[in-house]
Amino acid sequence: MNRFAWLLDRLAYEPRRNAKLALITDYLRSTPDPDRGYALAAMTGGLAFRNAKPGLIRALVAERTDPLLFGLSYDYVGDLSETVALMWPARHGANAVPHLPEVVESLREAGKTDLPRLVAGWLDALDETGRWALLKLITGALRIGVSARLAKTAAANLGGVPPDEVEQVWHGLEPPYRELFAWLEGVGPRPEARDPAPFRPVMLSHPIEDGDFDRLDPAEFSAEWKWDGIRVQAVSGRKADGSRVTRLYSRTGEDIAGAFPDLVDELTLDGALDGELLVMRESAVQSFNTLQQRLNRKTVTAKMLGEFPAHIRVYDLLADGEEDIRHLPLDERRGRLEAFLSRLASVRFDLSPEIPFASWEKLTAARSDPASAGAGADAEAVEGCMIKRRDSPYLPGRPKGYWWKWKRDARLVDCVLMYAQRGHGKRSSFYSDYTFGVWRVAAEGGEELVPVGKAYFGFTDEELIELDKYVRKNTVNRFGPVREVTHEAQAGLVFEVAFEGLQRSTRHKSGLAMRFPRISRIRWDKPPREADHIEVLEALLPTNV
Amino acid sequence: MTLASPSARWRHSELLLPTPAGLYCPPADIHIDPVRPVARALITHGHSDHARAGHGAVLATRETLAIMALRYGEGFAATQQVAEPGEIIRIGEVAFRFAPAGHVLGSAQIVVESRGLRIVASGDYKRERDPTCACFEVVPCDIFISEATFGLPVFRHPPADGEIAKLLESVRLFPERTHIVGAYSLGKAQRVMALIREAGYERPIYIHGAVEKLTEFYQAEGIPLGEIRKVADFDRKALGGEIVICPPSATQDLWARRFPDPVTAFASGWMRIRARARQKGVELPLVISDHAGWDDLLATIRDVQAGEIWVTHGEAEALVHWCGTAGLRAKPLHLVGYGDEGEADPKEEVADAAI
Repeated sequence: MNRFAWLLDRLAYEPRRNAKLALITDYLRSTPDPDRGYALAAMTGGLAFRNAKPGLIRALVAERTDPLLFGLSYDYVGDLSETVALMWPARHGANAVPHLPEVVESLREAGKTDLPRLVAGWLDALDETGRWALLKLITGALRIGVSARLAKTAAANLGGVPPDEVEQVWHGLEPPYRELFAWLEGVGPRPEARDPAPFRPVMLSHPIEDGDFDRLDPAEFSAEWKWDGIRVQAVSGRKADGSRVTRLYSRTGEDIAGAFPDLVDELTLDGALDGELLVMRESAVQSFNTLQQRLNRKTVTAKMLGEFPAHIRVYDLLADGEEDIRHLPLDERRGRLEAFLSRLASVRFDLSPEIPFASWEKLTAARSDPASAGAGADAEAVEGCMIKRRDSPYLPGRPKGYWWKWKRDARLVDCVLMYAQRGHGKRSSFYSDYTFGVWRVAAEGGEELVPVGKAYFGFTDEELIELDKYVRKNTVNRFGPVREVTHEAQAGLVFEVAFEGLQRSTRHKSGLAMRFPRISRIRWDKPPREADHIEVLEALLPTNV
Repeated sequence: MTLASPSARWRHSELLLPTPAGLYCPPADIHIDPVRPVARALITHGHSDHARAGHGAVLATRETLAIMALRYGEGFAATQQVAEPGEIIRIGEVAFRFAPAGHVLGSAQIVVESRGLRIVASGDYKRERDPTCACFEVVPCDIFISEATFGLPVFRHPPADGEIAKLLESVRLFPERTHIVGAYSLGKAQRVMALIREAGYERPIYIHGAVEKLTEFYQAEGIPLGEIRKVADFDRKALGGEIVICPPSATQDLWARRFPDPVTAFASGWMRIRARARQKGVELPLVISDHAGWDDLLATIRDVQAGEIWVTHGEAEALVHWCGTAGLRAKPLHLVGYGDEGEADPKEEVADAAI
């Protein structure tokens, strides 16, 4: 348990992806079975304990601490697990530090009546970091900035195999993954994937460049709208006993089915679909903002299901029944997909339409006006188009020469830098997060700047050094980590900001929220008074809100 | 404690009382750690919130006087007098004695005794072993004056050698990256160096300019710190894999950028709280404190057997509450001007950067 706690502790403070990867790989390499397998399960969300809940922890600590001291401490620390981990009174003589496998196996098996005694005994024997790790394990939310994909990538490093290889065998495996480690370390066979609804690594596209079109023959390609939703993989299959297993995976292989019963219940045919998760109301695609109401939740209420009905616009079929068809050309897969969807006959799954085009010029026209090129009322949710080679197999990762994405031209607006905040990780000493605003008529007359967004990329490392210098030299106020920077009509810095879309928002003073804003150019030359006015943005708001 | 007739005994506030300038002893007309210039001052230790320049006469340990001279120049006070450890110094009818506090080199508690009443003003103190200074002496007393910088039961400092092991493990794991350790330039920095040596690390340790003078002073006082090199003499880009010690503010500075892919560490009791570490952009928090943690505050209060506890600064509310549950009289003094080491402490940094 101590080594596992040490690992979680280090990961919680480590902002860099590669350093996290090195920490996990080192841990998996140097820790024996079954400890490392349970640690991997914890990091990939593969552990669930029915009876261990936060309420149990509260009750245990209430029995052992002065309520006023607990209250003062909780206020100070601001996190229940951490407060309990730090305050838990040491019990001398309790030194049998539990091993991770013992903890995991007991948490799985113990009944409600045994748990308090068991957990209290472990807390007695562990140190602060150990207690914190144990409480994280029990409450189920590690919050250490490690995705399932990253943890699996670390495991793959043990065998020097691509992470997708681990992904392919993953869902047939159970913690503590002895067979997986045996295979990766070259002392066992590759495990068989026995999962009836496994994740298949997704195929990704490259951004298209201007010169690419000259080399590509339009006749060899099909095009579809690129929808502004979330890429998902919906998979259904049956276990040996005939019972159905349906999963909804994010593009990194995290199972998010729990929050989407409306989709899971409808997928009643064996197969694996690749598509875009959207919210649809009266057969119209809703904005990404609306979709966000359904994201990052573990469960969902009946009210949410009614208000934000989920939908998948399907563009590929990876498995048809039990048959893996990823090797087939796209056109053939699409034919199988059309047949699959008509058999499924669900209003929640529909086919992503093709954009008819005879030449790249025609496609260019369609892309600049999706509404009249077939997208109709859904045009607001189109963020460009996808161009796919008709004979492309479905390959994991980002293979070259098959799929391209061609995003709509970003909207541009000139804004004035107002506030800057220090970044994280490598940028921790740089003022790299910028809040910017546009002009509007002030209530008391005259003009004032109102913040419309925040961006922290789009500039080069060299530009960042210049921007950082500028912020430090032109600070007029400090609020903790934030600096207010000179922003007047005559003095200040103008950014050309690029963004993908605009929504109304009650959270922002300006009433607007930008999607995907980034600094497109730094206008050192432009005086702030020449920056844009809010009317320019308001004109871009969708009209159907 | 000596017996005296009840009528002759001081009422507590006649012997020592809090004033805006700091703790004041009327019968001797002298202040302890005054925060504004006074005629006569007793100084517990060299941290800049306790040891300030501009007093008339200063009485302190030899090391504390030397540290003040390093920081403020020889003329930091009109006159100086050395307090020898254990020696009793009488001023009027009050006997003063300096006893080690275990906080930093030269740190002392001040025992104030008169007419059978003994008050111990402990200044800042810790109970954990520290190879760079004399350890805390338990002085039984009637009134114990304690700080409460870490006066909440969440502040339980782990053994410092374990924290140093965390640092060295990280150096092993990331041999190409510079490990920059933020540590207060008086006391913490040198303690960290000494602990690193005890752990068997033999490579040179590199230090920031603001840490140089005090480190040289510690070495001159006979505290072995191994080979210490000044960062200023080297190309920072070439210091991958090395340990660099600097004042905490420097870890977030332009200065820190030129090291190869640095790992930011910070040695402080505040690092116990994860949110605190993350706010400061710390990737490797080292919970090493020069102040007593909760358990040691309670243990010390029990050890000195005082009937009454005064709490000077820090998280006074929780400590006073605990004293009540333990049947002890206790009150907060609400003294102002004493910074805690992890909060924004620009004065300390300016003072350090200046030397």
